[in-house]
Amino acid sequence: MTLFEEIAQHYNYWVTILLMVSGLYIVVAKSNMIKRLLGLSVFQTSVYLLYLSPGKILGGTPPILASEYSVYANPLPHVLILTAIVVGVATLALGLALAVRINEAFGSIEEDEIVPVIDREDHAA
Amino acid sequence: MTSTLLMDIALLLPFAGAIGIWLAGRWPNLREAVTLATAGGLFIVVITLLMRVLDGERPEIHPIQLFPGVSIDFVLEPLGMLFATVASTLWIVNSVYSIGYMRGNNEPRQTPFYICFAVAIGGAIGVSFAGNLLTLFLYYELLTLSTYPLVTHKGTDEAKAKGRVYLILLMGTSMLLMLPAIIWVLTAAGTTEFTPGGVLAGAGLTTGMLAVLYTIFMYGIGKAALMPVHFWLPAAMVAPTPVSALLHAVAVVKAGVFSVLKITVYIFGIDLLAETGASLPVAYIAGATVVLASMVALTRDNLKARLAYSTVSQLSYVVMAAAIATPAAVIGAAMHIAAHAVSKITLFFGAGAIYTAHHLTEVSQLDGIGRKMPITLGTFLIGSLSIIGLPPLIGVWSKWWIGVGGADADQYWVLAVLMISSLLNIAYLMPIAARGFFVAPPDAKPGEPVALKEAPIACLLALLATAALCLLLFFGASELETLLAEIAPVDAAQPPVEGEANVNLQ
Amino acid sequence: MSVEHHAFHVTEHLPALAAVVPLVGAVLAALVRNGTIAWLVSLAVGLALPVISILMLWEVQASGPISYALGGWAPPVGIEFRVDLANAYLAILVSVMAGVVLAGSPRSIDDEVNPENRAWYYAAFLLCLCGLMGMIVTGDAFNVFVFMEVSSLATYILIAMGRDRRALVAAYQYLIIGTVGATFYVIGVGLLLAMTGTLNLVDLAQRLPQIEATRPLFTAVAFIIVGLGLKLALFPMHLWLPNAYAYAPSSASAFVASTATKVAVYLLLRFTFSVYGVDFVLPETPAATLFMILASVAMISGSLSAIFQTNVKRMLAYSSVSQIGYIILGIAMISETGLTGGISHMFNHALIKGALFIAVAAVIFATGAVRIDDMAGLGRTMPVTMGAFVIAGLGLIGVPGTAGFISKWYLIQGAAEQGMWWIVAVIVVSSLMAVFYIGRVVEVAWFRAPLSDAPRRAPPELVLAAVALAVAVVIFGFFTEFSAGVASDAARVLLEGYAR
Repeated sequence: MTLFEEIAQHYNYWVTILLMVSGLYIVVAKSNMIKRLLGLSVFQTSVYLLYLSPGKILGGTPPILASEYSVYANPLPHVLILTAIVVGVATLALGLALAVRINEAFGSIEEDEIVPVIDREDHAA
Repeated sequence: MTSTLLMDIALLLPFAGAIGIWLAGRWPNLREAVTLATAGGLFIVVITLLMRVLDGERPEIHPIQLFPGVSIDFVLEPLGMLFATVASTLWIVNSVYSIGYMRGNNEPRQTPFYICFAVAIGGAIGVSFAGNLLTLFLYYELLTLSTYPLVTHKGTDEAKAKGRVYLILLMGTSMLLMLPAIIWVLTAAGTTEFTPGGVLAGAGLTTGMLAVLYTIFMYGIGKAALMPVHFWLPAAMVAPTPVSALLHAVAVVKAGVFSVLKITVYIFGIDLLAETGASLPVAYIAGATVVLASMVALTRDNLKARLAYSTVSQLSYVVMAAAIATPAAVIGAAMHIAAHAVSKITLFFGAGAIYTAHHLTEVSQLDGIGRKMPITLGTFLIGSLSIIGLPPLIGVWSKWWIGVGGADADQYWVLAVLMISSLLNIAYLMPIAARGFFVAPPDAKPGEPVALKEAPIACLLALLATAALCLLLFFGASELETLLAEIAPVDAAQPPVEGEANVNLQ
Repeated sequence: MSVEHHAFHVTEHLPALAAVVPLVGAVLAALVRNGTIAWLVSLAVGLALPVISILMLWEVQASGPISYALGGWAPPVGIEFRVDLANAYLAILVSVMAGVVLAGSPRSIDDEVNPENRAWYYAAFLLCLCGLMGMIVTGDAFNVFVFMEVSSLATYILIAMGRDRRALVAAYQYLIIGTVGATFYVIGVGLLLAMTGTLNLVDLAQRLPQIEATRPLFTAVAFIIVGLGLKLALFPMHLWLPNAYAYAPSSASAFVASTATKVAVYLLLRFTFSVYGVDFVLPETPAATLFMILASVAMISGSLSAIFQTNVKRMLAYSSVSQIGYIILGIAMISETGLTGGISHMFNHALIKGALFIAVAAVIFATGAVRIDDMAGLGRTMPVTMGAFVIAGLGLIGVPGTAGFISKWYLIQGAAEQGMWWIVAVIVVSSLMAVFYIGRVVEVAWFRAPLSDAPRRAPPELVLAAVALAVAVVIFGFFTEFSAGVASDAARVLLEGYAR
């Protein structure tokens, strides 16, 4: 098996890793609070893929019992990820709500601008 | 009453007293009555216990188990009994004195002062009754914490800064060194109980490790003020005089040297130390401290600072004697705890009396003070002579035994240290009395008698009591020896003091 | 007869009740929309949960671990709630702290949280409690994630309710880091699921040794450890913590500081010891050494930072970073003594930090002071509150006679047993540094003239809560059967692992 095949056969993982790393990069590198939240979402989404892709079995059908099929995809990851999606949505909603409130309180959602203001307040009060 | 019950009472009485003082805080007379009643009660209980210990009883109580195999234990033995007796006796005297001093100087916040004082005494009793290292450590820290508010009592910036030094040095040494050393003993010997003969023989420690452990302990016990961790003691001079007396005579430094002695005798065992010589480095350091601190005392003009350095020097007598680790030296060390306590408290009471009556703090201001305060300076002289080690005062016995101990161990430098230090004692203590008595007061008119102005009567009573103790203990030294004989049996072949004591009595 | 049957019935469902009771309470609190009624509901929950937890511990001590099949689906297919000594101990800790904080906090919350948000505050508090209790009792790796996010989301809300606008940013930053941490955790669990096909922790423990390819397992545990490390604020993943604790409403700080990180530590213990087992991850990776180094750095740097803080809550927060180091250090020793020290320090530190934060809450109520300099003279004007602060502070230092001493003793003994004297040095030096930052507050509070003669009177229930915890700090300094005794049993259970 060539290296290329090795890579190609696990392409689902490569996509996962790419999403994971780029999401994390956005979280770390960006100053805009909304963008960081979006990066966080991308990062979380990569996990959905990590769970779901091994659950797919080649030639399998959706896990609905029927006499003519005997090979099913694993339903467990889907159930788990349904929960994870709910968690992700809630997190994003809360994060965005916080960003709105921060914008009202500080007049900005750029961390680069807000952090110096906070530092000043820390030293003043 | 059973001895164990008496022990419970002795351990709890000072804390009960502290609560009583708090409750009576609004009525100063009642509050002071509570202090005195507690002190008196404690004294009676401790003396009763002392009698029973002299009869050979060794009561013990084990109230609480903290860790598997390590409990809070209290066991009575001669050494602890000696310290408890010293502390409880001097607490009465010190309370009487405190009342005179605190009222005479209109000090603020007297109720917290007396509460902390009572708690500190409770800590001292706990230290003296402790049956293992953990218990000792517990009460040792309690003593540090309860005296911190006393040291900083004045509340000034200076008091705050000195209090910081006091707390950091004492807590720092105990936490950084003493606690690990205790746990080292526990892991090496499997126990921290004070056992006659020690627990470390056969624990598999090499001589080098023993020497390190011993040194860690001696510096971990910061209250013993071995140089260079002695700074807290002069710093604590910022406190009111009764507190200085508490620190220097009644409880704090005595708890330090008592712990040194207890650990030497019951954890290491003097046989082990004598065999390996593991404690000799500490003995050298202590010998150097004796001389150096006396020299520093010479240079101090502030009376209390001079006395503080004198204490640093005297404490190292005890440490040095313990580290020589011969039976005679250990007896000398134990006796020096009592001897220095009564002598130094007399000196501090004297210094406080001078401050209360004339607001003088420097030695150079004391010209003619003896003519105005003959009782104060007379007792001060007795205390000085006892420190120097002249008969018929208690100070001579402890120095004698330490010297004998040094000779037993073929450590003749100890004799040299004793000699030099006694000369230095004369040099820094005698000028005070000499100025006071022989130099005319600066405001005196020729031909006219100097007007007497003594300290409050309570201060004087306390002074007379402690000066009398210096004298009485000289004749009671054989009792002390009997008490201590068990922990350090001296060969019958050389009874150096027994005979002479009798001669003096005749 | 029917009564007996009923009682039996309730005991059987204790693990589920531990998570469901606060959940129902949260819904009720959110529905009533009235601060006072919401508080009463919370208080009822806060009083009921300790009872449930203590009953669970009795049950476990009497008849071994409780396994509860949620919804009647038998494990390993269904979700299992599994309670043994380790998590029963922690459940008591969390529920008691919740009860004490809730009982003490109503007027402090009225003071610090906008009136229209008060009911929401209690709802979020109970949700956070529900998540923490769920994380403790559950025996299912994915279920842990769900409860973790329940508690985390609720915590972000609690923090954001602080009266200062900086609270919003602190909450936002915690949200980002917390979510990254939880996602790391869930990545690790996903890898485990892919390798073993199970999520049940006991089942995982039994299947792991049969897996030949160990690399994915190491990757999984690395993700889990980093994820939990972010949650428990292990150095250098602690940067979210100081601001979060500093700007949250005071009583929320008290609760979160004393419980949330402890639960993350518990999960770390579960995975490294129960699931992976002592002879798998720890000997074959440098994890233990790494933990030990990080913990030591945390202990020293946390204490050092605490010394230089001007805000008292932030000072306590940095002290938490340092104290978490103690706990991790005990775990990294992988010995019964060390683990006992670590686990009992979770309990003791919770009491201590709870007392300190509640005392600070009372100070903030009375004077509005959050800067140490503004606490001048409080030793005279608020002697009881500051007395509780000092006693708890002594516990933090580890003075004998306080709870903090007990756990430090175990830690030092554990290090000495293994001959790691540099660890002993780190422990005692860090303790000594606590003298500095507690001493600084003492000096300001007692040696400076009060800024105002008559501060507002702090609510008695708040002062009482601080005093109660301070008294507990002293009591558990002498009576160690529960705090250290059960901790030592729990350490043994953890060292045995699930697999055997």
